Amino acid sequence: MNMIVCCKQVLDPEAPPASFKIDPASNTVLQPPGVPPVVSPFDEQAVEAALRIKDSQGGKITVLTLGNNLLRDVVKKPLSMGADELVLLEDEVFEGGDSWSTAYALAMAIKKIGEFDLIFCGRQAADWDAGQVGSGIAEILEIPSITVAKKVEAIDGKVRVERVIADGYQVVEVTLPALITVSNELGEARYATLKGIMAAAKKQPTIWKPVDIGVEPSQIGAAGRRSKLLKLFQPVREGKCEIIEADTPAEAGANLAVKLRDAKLI
Amino acid sequence: MAEFKGVMVYGETTEGKLTALTTELLGCGRRLAGELKEDLLCILVGEQLGEAPQNAIVYGADKVYTVEDPLLKEYQTDSYVTVMEKVIKDISPQILLLGQTAIGRDLAPRLAFRLGVSPSMDCLELNIDPDTKLLQGTRPVYGGNARAIFVSESLPQMATVRQKAMSPLEPDESRKGEIIPIKVELDPAKIKTKVIETVKEEVAGIKLEDAEAVVAGGRGIGGPEGFKELEELAKILKGAVGASRPPCDNSWVPDTLQIGLTGKIVTPELYIAVAISGSSQHLSGCSGSKNIIAINKDAEANIFKEARFGVVGDWKQSLPSFTAKVKELLAG
Repeated sequence: MNMIVCCKQVLDPEAPPASFKIDPASNTVLQPPGVPPVVSPFDEQAVEAALRIKDSQGGKITVLTLGNNLLRDVVKKPLSMGADELVLLEDEVFEGGDSWSTAYALAMAIKKIGEFDLIFCGRQAADWDAGQVGSGIAEILEIPSITVAKKVEAIDGKVRVERVIADGYQVVEVTLPALITVSNELGEARYATLKGIMAAAKKQPTIWKPVDIGVEPSQIGAAGRRSKLLKLFQPVREGKCEIIEADTPAEAGANLAVKLRDAKLI
Repeated sequence: MAEFKGVMVYGETTEGKLTALTTELLGCGRRLAGELKEDLLCILVGEQLGEAPQNAIVYGADKVYTVEDPLLKEYQTDSYVTVMEKVIKDISPQILLLGQTAIGRDLAPRLAFRLGVSPSMDCLELNIDPDTKLLQGTRPVYGGNARAIFVSESLPQMATVRQKAMSPLEPDESRKGEIIPIKVELDPAKIKTKVIETVKEEVAGIKLEDAEAVVAGGRGIGGPEGFKELEELAKILKGAVGASRPPCDNSWVPDTLQIGLTGKIVTPELYIAVAISGSSQHLSGCSGSKNIIAINKDAEANIFKEARFGVVGDWKQSLPSFTAKVKELLAG
């Protein structure tokens, strides 16, 4: 089974909310000091989904990451978890893209990789949260897609997916090749082992420029966008919480109930 | 090229009725259509649509297009995108709105890439720019830490809308509208997926999305046992139990209880957050609640910025006395 996993380097979504700052002039988010970027957590779970298939029946996992000035310690993490190869689409013209230009570049890189049975993506990236790139890649490659998976199993040349819906899940079968996007319900991604970290340190990523995947600079990054960001801002939180005073936490609990009664909330 | 005209709502139905979110989309679509002085259109797709098309007129649609086919019994990406591609090419609306649901978040991107346009996903607000007449969509980004306003010049302009972000119109049984069936030829050989089964993981009692009181627990609850105490309180309040992501990821509670950006959106009268720190991710799912009450041992926890009343303390000590007092007050 040949598998490709698309992983994005993002601002750490677990960084303290107070450290989140925007530069209104450029409509961009500022990198918080002392908090290094990470592989988007849903993408890590996509790597995990691929690794589970590799564990059960073998296969090869190629990780594909797009960006510029990518931190090697960050983007190599999937290798230290057990992925086999890393391809970086790395160039300044890849920067500032939207779902359109990103999906296009990734799809063209996947065409260049050539052989694949399954492509995995996270359900959405932890920065822009749009959840379009996976479906977009599948549409460009003209292969079926199943989104928001919590379980993926390969059976008899097909893949069986549990797809999350509002009140449960749906079991869906799909022929190969196919693209699956993975949700957090899959369960936590495995930790990198010491052996994995050492193996990853020795591996050199393959680096492709736009010309290597046969795309024009006008089709990718900021130039290839089909949506325009007018404004980025932080919603104002009011912060008018009344803290219930009491001598003990137990007393505070009882006082809270009385407070809610007085406010006619219960 | 055809002229793009009209605001179209992709409606979802359950048991022959429009979903609540569809009525919200129609309410929003009516306003946008009014500003553009164009018709509000609704498209319904399924095996048998029952009363839903008439329902869409009652909730504000001028024209309802229907596509009925046994192959459309269940949502499948391949068949539904094929249907919608034909509908959009035939009708050429200038705006297409969908719900941010299991269907909408799958259908919208794939359809958009087929049509060559870029949708704004999970919008909280939609407005028409008075000068350009283009649709502006405001959506949460960075896990709810920020919001972004997007615009797209390619037509149709597409957006998905979050649940409970918009209000439906009052139903008006006397409203007049047109129902227009559309025939789409579907080739079963081109549908590459097959739905084997649909598994419902409904929790007994009041549905989380419908509850007027929600008692939600977070990582600090520490395990499945603690949620029994939350259930007891929810029962007394005739409400439902929910959770932030960590209890679901750790299998303390079913995934269907997750409230947040990638879970359910709730807007109850009373939201009691127990041992929830209040990540932006979680607040995305509950910040529309009328009154948020927080119990957390960390006075600096983000949840207190959203809460109206709070207790700073260990929930294991505060919650039993709170539950007992609530029970006593409600009994009196």
